[in-house]
Amino acid sequence: MSSNKTHHGPVCLSGRGVTKVYGFGSRKTVAVDHVDFDFYEGEIVSIVGESGSGKTTLAKMLLGLTSVTEGQIYYQGKPRDIRTRKKKKEYWTNVQAIFQDPFSSFNVFSKIDTVLLDCINMRGGRHLPRDKKIELMTEACSFVNLKFEELTNKYPFELSGGQMQRLMIARIFLLKPKVLLADEPTSMIDACSRATILDMLMNLRKETGMTIIFITHDIGLAYYVSDSVYIMEQGKIVEYGSADEVILNPKTYNTKRLISDVPKIYEVWDLSTV
Amino acid sequence: MKNIFYQIFHSQKFVAGFSILMIILLILFIYPLIFPGDPLQMIGLSSFSKPGIYVSVYDAIDSEPSTMKLPDADVKRLMKKLSNEDRLAMKEWLVATGTPEDVIDILDTDGLLKLWKDSYDPSLKPEGMTLAKRNYYKRLNASLEKAFDYSRIIIATKDEETGELNEEKTVSSNDYININDVANVVYLPLGTDNFGADVAKKLVSAAKTSIMIGLIAGSIATFIGLTFGLLAGYVGGIVDDFIMFITNLFTVIPGFILLILISYGIDQDKRGAAVVALVIGVTSWTWTARSVRSQVLSLRNRDHVNLSKLSGHGLARIILTDILPYIASYVVMALILQISTAILAEAQLSMLGLGPKTTERPTLGLMMNWAMLYSAHTHGYWWAYFPVLLFIALISFSLNLMNTGLDQVFNPTLRD
Amino acid sequence: MGKTILEVKDLTTKYITRFREDVYAVDHVSLSLEEGKSLGIAGESGCGKSTLALSLMGYYFPPLHYVSGEIIIDGKNISKMDPDTIRKNILGKEIAYIPQAAMNALNPTQRIISFIEDVIHAHYPEMSRKEIYESARKRFEELNLSPAVLEKYPVELSGGMKQRTVIAISTILSPKVLIADEPSSALDVTSQKMVIRMLKNLMEKGYIKSMIFITHELPLLYNVTDDIMVMYAGQIVEKSTAKDMIFDPIHPYSKGLMGSIIVPEAGARNTKLTAIPGTPPNLKKPPAGCRFAERCKYAFNECKANAVGLKDFDEGRSYRCLIDSARLREVYKNEQQ
Repeated sequence: MSSNKTHHGPVCLSGRGVTKVYGFGSRKTVAVDHVDFDFYEGEIVSIVGESGSGKTTLAKMLLGLTSVTEGQIYYQGKPRDIRTRKKKKEYWTNVQAIFQDPFSSFNVFSKIDTVLLDCINMRGGRHLPRDKKIELMTEACSFVNLKFEELTNKYPFELSGGQMQRLMIARIFLLKPKVLLADEPTSMIDACSRATILDMLMNLRKETGMTIIFITHDIGLAYYVSDSVYIMEQGKIVEYGSADEVILNPKTYNTKRLISDVPKIYEVWDLSTV
Repeated sequence: MKNIFYQIFHSQKFVAGFSILMIILLILFIYPLIFPGDPLQMIGLSSFSKPGIYVSVYDAIDSEPSTMKLPDADVKRLMKKLSNEDRLAMKEWLVATGTPEDVIDILDTDGLLKLWKDSYDPSLKPEGMTLAKRNYYKRLNASLEKAFDYSRIIIATKDEETGELNEEKTVSSNDYININDVANVVYLPLGTDNFGADVAKKLVSAAKTSIMIGLIAGSIATFIGLTFGLLAGYVGGIVDDFIMFITNLFTVIPGFILLILISYGIDQDKRGAAVVALVIGVTSWTWTARSVRSQVLSLRNRDHVNLSKLSGHGLARIILTDILPYIASYVVMALILQISTAILAEAQLSMLGLGPKTTERPTLGLMMNWAMLYSAHTHGYWWAYFPVLLFIALISFSLNLMNTGLDQVFNPTLRD
Repeated sequence: MGKTILEVKDLTTKYITRFREDVYAVDHVSLSLEEGKSLGIAGESGCGKSTLALSLMGYYFPPLHYVSGEIIIDGKNISKMDPDTIRKNILGKEIAYIPQAAMNALNPTQRIISFIEDVIHAHYPEMSRKEIYESARKRFEELNLSPAVLEKYPVELSGGMKQRTVIAISTILSPKVLIADEPSSALDVTSQKMVIRMLKNLMEKGYIKSMIFITHELPLLYNVTDDIMVMYAGQIVEKSTAKDMIFDPIHPYSKGLMGSIIVPEAGARNTKLTAIPGTPPNLKKPPAGCRFAERCKYAFNECKANAVGLKDFDEGRSYRCLIDSARLREVYKNEQQ
C-alpha cells in the first residue's frame, strides 16, 4: 500500500533525549527514557511496543498533553514552544490525534454538530456563514462515508464504534493538521471495519500530505501501513528503521521476540519460544 | 436524557422515597390552609394537653341538651373512671382480703365491680397495708359509689348577700348536646406542648423550616464542595495541594464540634434559621469536595477531555462541558445526602440549645429541645416529641431512599 | 475418523430483551467435534459466536433461553437436562467454559488452591485436601505452571499468569470439551502465546479431548484449530479446515473477513485489505432471504427473497450461498488480477 521511500522530506517532528518521569523518590518510574527520534514530513511512522512500553506516554508528550520531564521536542526544526494557551492552540491546529477507544473519545453530552463545528472554528472558520459551515461539515462526513443529514442533532453514543472512529477522521479532515498521532485507532473496533479506517487514513494522507504517527502494539499493522518503524521497550527505543528492514530483518532480541509472538499464516508459528 | 428519567422513575427505591417526600411536602402545604393561625400562639394556659378534641365546658352547659338513653352509658362512664392502675390496685386489695387470684379478671369491668362491692370493707386492715394506701382505697370507693349514684348534677348561682344557692340548671346523666351547638371547640390532633401551643401546627411549620435549612445548607455545602473538588481535581498542582490542605484541615477537626464552636460563637439573637443553615453548610462540604476531586481525577485523563483540549477549549469550558455533566448525577446524589445530613445536623444542634433562636419560628430540632427541657419524655407526653422524631426520620429516610435509588440507576453494577 | 465427542443438532437459542422482544442469536446451528480435534468459530462482534459458546453448555439463564435442538456430549443428551443436574454433573466434568475476562472472575481474597479445592470437592467429596493439593501440583507442573502459584492470591499474579491459572483450574477435572471464548484477547502478545501453548499442551496430554476456540483474530485461529466455522447473524455461513478457510474462503462473507488479515510477514504488505461495507442485520427482524445479502456485492434479487440452506462442497466443506462454489472461486480469481 505505502511506498518504500528512500529519500526523506524535511524533518517535521523530532526529539532529543525526551524523558518522562512519574512520581519521585522511591516511587519514581521512568516511563520514557531518553528517546531520540526524527519523523519526516509526509511519512507514516509506527511506534510499536507492548503495553507499558511507554508509547502512549510518548504520544501524549508529542501532543503536548503531558509535560516533558527532560529533553526537547522540536517541531519543524525549532524547539517546540507551547507555554501559553495561544501557542498551544496554534500547535494543536498542526498536530492532532485519533484516540484508541472511540466510545470514550467523544463527550457523550455534546452533539455531533458541536464536535465538527469546533474543528471549523479552530481552523479560523468562526465567522463563516452558516451555509458554508454546513457545506464543510457535509463534505467531511461524506469523505468518511457518513451522511451529515443523518448525524445532525445526534449524540456520538448513538453511532457504532466504527462510525465513531470515522467521525474522528472527519474531524481530522476538517482540521487538516500537519501531523496526526493515531493512538491504536483500530484496536477497539472490529477487524472488518479496520480496513475501512485504514483506507480513509491513507486517502487523507494522500490528500493533505500529512505525517501520520501510528502508535500500536500490532506489529502486523505497523508493517502493513508504515514507511518506518520504531520499536519501544521499557521506555527506550530499541530499534528503528524502514518497515522492511525492521520487520523482515530484526536485529535486536526485543524486536525478534515481538515478531515471533504474533501468529503467522505463511510461516510456521513457533510456539516453543516463549 | 429521557431515558435516564425513565430509568429513575422505574427504580422502586427512588419512587418510594420520592412518594414519601412528596406526601410529607403535601401535608406541609395543605395543613396550614385547613387550620390557619400562628403556630407559636400559646392557646393553652396549661402545658402538655393530651391530643384530642377540646370542647368548652361553659358553652356545653349553656347549650340545649337532648335526652338520650343509651344502654351502655353507665358502663362506659365507669370504664372511663377506672384506670388500669386502679384496676390493679383493686385486684391487690381483693387478693389481700382472700379472693382467689384466678377468679379476678381486671379487664372484665362488671365482674370486678361486683367482687369489689361484695368484699370491700373500709374497716378491714389487711396486713402490711399503710394508712395512705387504705385512704387511697377509701377515695377510690367513694368515687366508684358516686359513679353508681345516678342522681343529677345541679348547677347553682350563689347570692352574694344572703349566701343562698339558687338552682340555675340541672344536668342529668342522660343529657347529651350536639358538638356543633357548642360555640368553642378546639381540635388538637397532637395536643399542646409545654408552651401550650398546638403541636400539630407547630410541627408543620417546623418541618417546613427544617427542610428549608436542609436545602440551604445542602446547597451551600454542595456548591463549595463541588467548586473546590473541580478545581483541585482538574487544575491539580499547587491549587490541588492548597485545597486539599484546607479540606484535610476541616476533615481532621470533627465536623460536629466545629459546628458547635461556630454556633456557640454567634450570639443567640443573631442566630436565625438562615444563619444556622449557613453554618451547617460551611462546615459540611469536605467529603463532597474529596469525592468530586477523585471523580474529576479519573475523568481528566479520559480521551474526551484530551480531545476537548486538542480542540482548543479553555479551562472553564472543559470543566463545564466535559467534566461537570459526567459527574452531575453524582453531584445530585451528594446534594440529596447533604440535605438529609443538614436536617439531622440542625436537629442535633438545636438539641444542644445551639439552634436558631427560640422566639421566631420553630424547627424540628427546637421542638425536640423543648420537649426534652420540659421532661416530656419522662412524663410520657409522647405527643410532644414522638411526631417530631417520626418526621425527622421520615424525611431523612425518604431522602436516603431516593439517593440509593439514584445510585442504582447511575451505577449499573449495583443493580440487582 | 475419531470418536465424536460433541454433537450439536439444530441448536436454536434466543435472548428475550427488556421489551419482550425475541432475538435469535443462535439459529439452527449444527456441528460435530471429534476426539482430538479443535474447532474455531470466527465472525464479527455481534454475530452470535459468544452466545453459541454459552448455549453449548446447556446451562441457560435469563435473558438467554433455550428454544430447540440437541446437544450430545459423548453420547449424553444434555439439552433436556434440568439446570441443576447440568451444573452439578456436566459443567467442569464434561464441558468447561472460559469466558472473555475469566481472569477477573477470581475472588481476590482466596488463594488459588482454594478455588481448586472448591471445584474438586464439589465432584469428589471423598478426596482429602492433601490429595487435592498433590493432584493440583502435578497438573500445574505438567502445564509448565509453577506450583508456587497454588499458594498465591490472584492479585499477586500477572494478567497472563492469571488467565493460564484460570484455564488450569477450569480443566482440573479433565473435561471432554473446552470452550474458550477469546481467552487471549485481553492479553499482550507474549502472554497470548503462552496461553495458546498451554491450550495446545492440554490437548496433547489428553486432559481435554476437544476444544472450541472463539476469537475474531483469524491468524490465531489458523494456528490453534483444525477446523474453522464462520458465523454471521446467528447462522453458520461456512465450515472448512483452517487452511482452506484462510487461503480459499468461498462464502463472500468469509472472503471479506479473510481480507482483513494483517500479519508481519513478507508478502503481507502487498495484499490489499478489503472491508465489508455496512453493519450486520438487526436480529429482532432478520431478513427473509440470505442474511448477508444486504452487504454482499454479488447478491442478486433471489438472494433477498429466499432463505439459503447450508450446502456441501469439495470434501467436508459446506457453505451457505446461492452461487456455485466454482463460480465464486472464479470471480475471486478475476478480482485479484
